Amino acid sequence: MLGVLILGLALAQAPPGGAPPAPNGEQLYMENCVECHGPEGDVVPDVDLGHGRFRRATTDPELVGIVLRGIPNTAMPPNSFTEAQAAAIVRFLREKASRAAASAGDATKGRALFAGKGSCASCHRVDGVGARLGPDLSEIGRLRHSTDLERAIVEPDFMILPSNRFVRLVTREGATITGRLLNQDIFTVQLLDSKEQLRSLARADLRELTFIDKSPMPSYRDKLSTQEITDLVSYLVSLQGGGAQ
Amino acid sequence: MKLRTRGLPLLLVLLAAAVSLQAQVSFDRLVRAAQEPHNWLSYSGGYFSQRHSELTQVTTDNVRNLESAWIYQLNSREPTSTRFEVTPLVVDGIMYIVQPPNDIIALDAVTGRPFWTYSYNPSLQARPCCGRLNRGVAIHGDRLFMGTIDGHMVAVDAKTGKLLWDKTVVRPEAGYAFASAPLVVKDKVIMGPAGGEFGIRGFLAAFDVATGNEAWRFNLVPGPGEPGFNSWQGDSWKTGGASIWLTGSYDPELNLTYWGVGNPGPDWNGDNREGDNLYSNSVVALDADTGTLKWHFQFSPHDEFDYDAVQIPVLADASWQGQPRKLMYFANRNGYFYTLDRATGQFLSGTTFVEVNWASGLDPKTGRPIRVAGKAPSAPPGTLIFPGNQGGTNWYSPSYSPRTGLFYIPTWANYSSLYVRDKVEYVEGRRFAGGGARAPVPGIRAGQGGYSWAKPEEGYGAVRAIDPVTGALKWEYKMSELTWAGVLTTASNVLFSGGGEGYFYALDARTGTLLWKTQLGSVIRSGPMTYSVNGKQYVTVAAGSALFSYKLRD
Repeated sequence: MLGVLILGLALAQAPPGGAPPAPNGEQLYMENCVECHGPEGDVVPDVDLGHGRFRRATTDPELVGIVLRGIPNTAMPPNSFTEAQAAAIVRFLREKASRAAASAGDATKGRALFAGKGSCASCHRVDGVGARLGPDLSEIGRLRHSTDLERAIVEPDFMILPSNRFVRLVTREGATITGRLLNQDIFTVQLLDSKEQLRSLARADLRELTFIDKSPMPSYRDKLSTQEITDLVSYLVSLQGGGAQ
Repeated sequence: MKLRTRGLPLLLVLLAAAVSLQAQVSFDRLVRAAQEPHNWLSYSGGYFSQRHSELTQVTTDNVRNLESAWIYQLNSREPTSTRFEVTPLVVDGIMYIVQPPNDIIALDAVTGRPFWTYSYNPSLQARPCCGRLNRGVAIHGDRLFMGTIDGHMVAVDAKTGKLLWDKTVVRPEAGYAFASAPLVVKDKVIMGPAGGEFGIRGFLAAFDVATGNEAWRFNLVPGPGEPGFNSWQGDSWKTGGASIWLTGSYDPELNLTYWGVGNPGPDWNGDNREGDNLYSNSVVALDADTGTLKWHFQFSPHDEFDYDAVQIPVLADASWQGQPRKLMYFANRNGYFYTLDRATGQFLSGTTFVEVNWASGLDPKTGRPIRVAGKAPSAPPGTLIFPGNQGGTNWYSPSYSPRTGLFYIPTWANYSSLYVRDKVEYVEGRRFAGGGARAPVPGIRAGQGGYSWAKPEEGYGAVRAIDPVTGALKWEYKMSELTWAGVLTTASNVLFSGGGEGYFYALDARTGTLLWKTQLGSVIRSGPMTYSVNGKQYVTVAAGSALFSYKLRD
């Protein structure tokens, strides 16, 4: 499922509160990192910072940690940045990667894949078209970086946002109901079921309630070619919201 | 094709095949809303706006067994303690409310637990006159529609709360705002802006439900070349007011939509707007497809008392002088109860339902009020006028019960104001009122906190039941404090209402006898509604900063 997410993103990207201006990630990168990594970030072998390819880190907090503390026994040294400065550098690299992904693929082809071969709209919705069960992707390009989107496509189980969790309920009568969990309390459970109905059920009427840990979304690693995934990511990056009519 | 489905998990295939089973709210369902009384599909419960339900589980005999089903406390970004004026919609067990200022929330109508919240962040330029609030949403298909206090119309998905479209319609910095629930007719959502205290130029507009694009607009203050333009002096039409802040009605057979229109601007000083000031303080009947004016009736021409005709136009098919007729009942802020022919706009009758001294009567042919000389706003000390500034009634909904044949008015009885005229110049975005109104005895009204010191002769709130044929008072249920609560009636002759003292109560709709009451702890500023889920009837009302739902004891 494309709502598979890296939880740390939101934390690392929270704008600093208070008066001081936000650190300029690009400037910090050019002044401190470019000597080893190069202006495009692709000088160190197996690392391509400008395209979201890292050797040891995946999430933003991990990347921030590396920027601050370096990698022992390698050429990557610790730095004296503030947390906000390190986060700004990571943000700059993520945005650079997103721009690269958007230009690398063909968003028009990606759109066709979304509607056609990928059957994405059977679970996801964009600008009011498609199913509601999976996360709405109308502004996913504004919310997620290309690397995260690509990972969600090939490895949907990597991480699932709590608000996108699925549950399976079995009623006392033996009926099974599956859907996205919207809310719950001591006595009741609310969900959007697989028929897109808002349902509220009493726990007393349930025989079973199971969280589905695996994403209902299949991996597209073997279903789409590398180029097709790139195209699809370009399309998703292009979804910035406000396009609905 | 083979590649497309091979290997996809079963769930995905099932999803692809899934057809939405939760029925969409088609226009046809809105027209036939009375046939599904378990739902409440529009602000007033139906296109005829009778706020009357065919549900009968709660009766005059068992209503004393009502108990709290649930309470939903608001969690607004803004203080809302006295300004929660919503009427919820209920569609097949799902309730939709608006939390002030503009958050739509979907609730389970049985438990009050939320499914989702859509949060709208209004512009800091918003300056609604009378509360940063909203009275409700409209539904069509699986879309909900809301006007915002900063002049946007938005559509969100009823299943998920996701924004579908967002259109900037009017400029909040000039005092325009949306406060009321829109009205959906066919494939359009109809709405008009509030802002009568800011010198706006009012209108009604229809927006395409799919795109939000404006389909038609009718100017409630006519411009040059439009009929009625000569009812305004000079350039006064540019700041003429005539706002909309309450939901209209609709007759599917006539395809006419009816809306009560607000006061002319400036409110209390008419010196620079000589003339009748159309279509302020009127009800207008528009073709729902084109917005073309079919007829209008102006209750208070050249108003200087702030007598907005912003009340609910209640439609009824009833007998008039022995003949079946398409009627409109209109309990007006100016103190008169009117019966009009809603096909033609013809005035049929008008009677006072409270004390009135600004007019000595209505012209029997035209319904035009006969003004009393000297009864007008003046420089201090002002002139005592009945009814006072908030009127004999106001925006809180009346009810008409076809079962009893009675019309129920939330009333401010014995109520008057001192009107003061003042100079005013138009400055965009500033108040443009030209005076004000004062209570003749200061400090007698309960504010928040609930202390009341008024004598009955200084004004009291009441539910008054009148015979709409004769205008005669059938009964009255008196309160101590004034009322801001609407009235709901049911086919089992139960009437629900409340008031400023915080009591929510049930009366026998035939006699006005008190059957049940409960104290909600704050002012009720909303109209009650009722619905049913799984065979259980609920009665719901907003008060203070919470929504209260009741059902019969199991």
